[in-house]
Amino acid sequence: MADTQTNILDTPNSESPVESSFGKKIKKSTRIKEGLIKYFFAVNGVMALVFIILIFVFLFKEGFKAMDHIGLFDFVYLNQVQSDGSVQRVYEWYPTSEEARYSLIPLILGTLLTAIPATIISTFFGVAAGIYLSEIANPKLKEFLKPMIELFAGIPTVVLGFIMLAVGASFFNDLLNPENRLNAFIASIGLSFVIIPVIASLTEDALHSIPNDLRMASYGIGATKWQTIRHVILPAAFSGVSASIILGFGRAIGETMIVLMASGNAANITANIFNSVRTMTATIAAEMGEVSHGSDHYYALFFIGIVLFTITFILNLFAEIIINRMRKKNSF
Amino acid sequence: MDLLKRKHKDVQGIIFINLTRVLFFLLVAVLFLLLGKIIFEGAGIVSLEFIFDSPRNNMTEGGIGPAIFGTIAVTFIMIFFAVPLGVFSAIYLNEYAKDTFFTRVIRTSINNLAGVPSIVFGLFGLGFFILFVGRNIDDVLQTGLLFGQPALLWASATLAILVLPIVIVSTLEALNSVPKSHRDASYGLGATKWQTIKHVVLPQARPGILTGTILAISRGAGETAPILFLGAAFFLPNLPVVDICIGDYCIPMINPTEQFMYLAYHIFILATQSANPTRSLPIQYGSTLVLIALTFLLNITAIIFRYRFRKILGRL
Repeated sequence: MADTQTNILDTPNSESPVESSFGKKIKKSTRIKEGLIKYFFAVNGVMALVFIILIFVFLFKEGFKAMDHIGLFDFVYLNQVQSDGSVQRVYEWYPTSEEARYSLIPLILGTLLTAIPATIISTFFGVAAGIYLSEIANPKLKEFLKPMIELFAGIPTVVLGFIMLAVGASFFNDLLNPENRLNAFIASIGLSFVIIPVIASLTEDALHSIPNDLRMASYGIGATKWQTIRHVILPAAFSGVSASIILGFGRAIGETMIVLMASGNAANITANIFNSVRTMTATIAAEMGEVSHGSDHYYALFFIGIVLFTITFILNLFAEIIINRMRKKNSF
Repeated sequence: MDLLKRKHKDVQGIIFINLTRVLFFLLVAVLFLLLGKIIFEGAGIVSLEFIFDSPRNNMTEGGIGPAIFGTIAVTFIMIFFAVPLGVFSAIYLNEYAKDTFFTRVIRTSINNLAGVPSIVFGLFGLGFFILFVGRNIDDVLQTGLLFGQPALLWASATLAILVLPIVIVSTLEALNSVPKSHRDASYGLGATKWQTIKHVVLPQARPGILTGTILAISRGAGETAPILFLGAAFFLPNLPVVDICIGDYCIPMINPTEQFMYLAYHIFILATQSANPTRSLPIQYGSTLVLIALTFLLNITAIIFRYRFRKILGRL
């Protein structure tokens, strides 16, 4: 729900703080008090930055301890000696076996196999919903429909996971007869429920921020409504729409409960969307409760956390740069 | 726009415009179908008894009382951390800070904090609050292993950081919408900056801050991933409550060092680890209905609040 409002963060307060021109008349004690109050707010103001840094530091502090026992390449593959003496590379996530295997490849594949289809489905629905809300729905109806998208975004993910597990899995099992009852496809349908509202509301914001002059100019030269949307509005809002898709993709990668409940949680190396997969988030969620603190497995899970944090951080930063550029360009 | 209707028929346009309309209402239909299913299956079991009772007989009977209590306790403490911090932070950014590189970094980190996956917050809570802060408190206070383990306090603190961006953004919007003329009038009367903020800006921003608080509660109550290993328990026979006695008078208080049951987590374990899935299914739908009703009620309240707040500001 915060997504619809994030634009406020990028519009810094333009007014300059007013200093009293009668500075000499203000009592010294008042001035000290004002200074202290400002200092107090400044300390609180930097908290978001402090927490980002703390998250970064503590993830890396724990995650890099994994390097003591598990090499960086062990997170990719393990050279396993076969019974006939030959050496074979295995790409497996099997941290509890005697010869623990920590390859992240199946987990990354699982994450992509749920996140990419979810993003594609959500782009289709989300952008269409954004266009409808911003350009087509009549304003009175929009007042009523926009909160609906917000309510949609407010559904707890554990509820969506449960619905996909209890209802969605059976429904698609009868319909498509997949290899595994719980699979990447079910999970990505569940994920779409989370990402569609994100893409829809951000797309609506992006389209809404296009100046009305452009629409009028387009109508003026005889374009129809759809031609205006297709050839004027969408190209002008292209960066905003793509930023919304990137943010949606970031959310899909970071989402935990839905994939934990609906993806089947088997660390397969597969490109088949109807197979069970295990994502990075679900691995942390399912295994962290059972490992002993300080074991290799424990540090390996923090390492996955680093990978997740880094990916989402880069995606968010990327989207923000795009949005800021767009805002500068559109402020005529 | 009536002029446009005289043009030649734009068949492609009509198709695509109606396609977006159909897709949008398909979404709304799916939303209602989903809600309908939960209400249909859950309404039969939800009663006052269900809301206040303890689970019985391996979760196949009884209610969700302790889970609701845990949810309220955790979000209550969360609000105590998140709201002051978020509001003060927003006051700094909107009232004091100038637009420098540094403040832009802060604004970016607020955006990024909102984008950190919730499971990573769980890892952070474990690594920072429990193993670093908690263990060090135990060392200093010589309390054995009291704070250095999963507990209600650390779950609340972690969720507080998770909802911090929501509080900051809502407050920023509220502060930003207070007209400059009101501030100027206050300065003109000789008020200092702090007096202006306290007596002019904050009273007008109050509904916006309240909106942010409500949204934060709704988000916190629905989160499961971060609290998975921060003290959420499958089943607890007792509420996380401790009696604080002064003489003969005892007041039950939330005990922040104990584990707790959590409504969202309750749904998760019922769905995945139930001993008898068919018999616990009605309870599961009932719990889901309660959680959905709770978050929707909070969100609708927030939406109405914001709507009225904007209308008032529009008149200024």
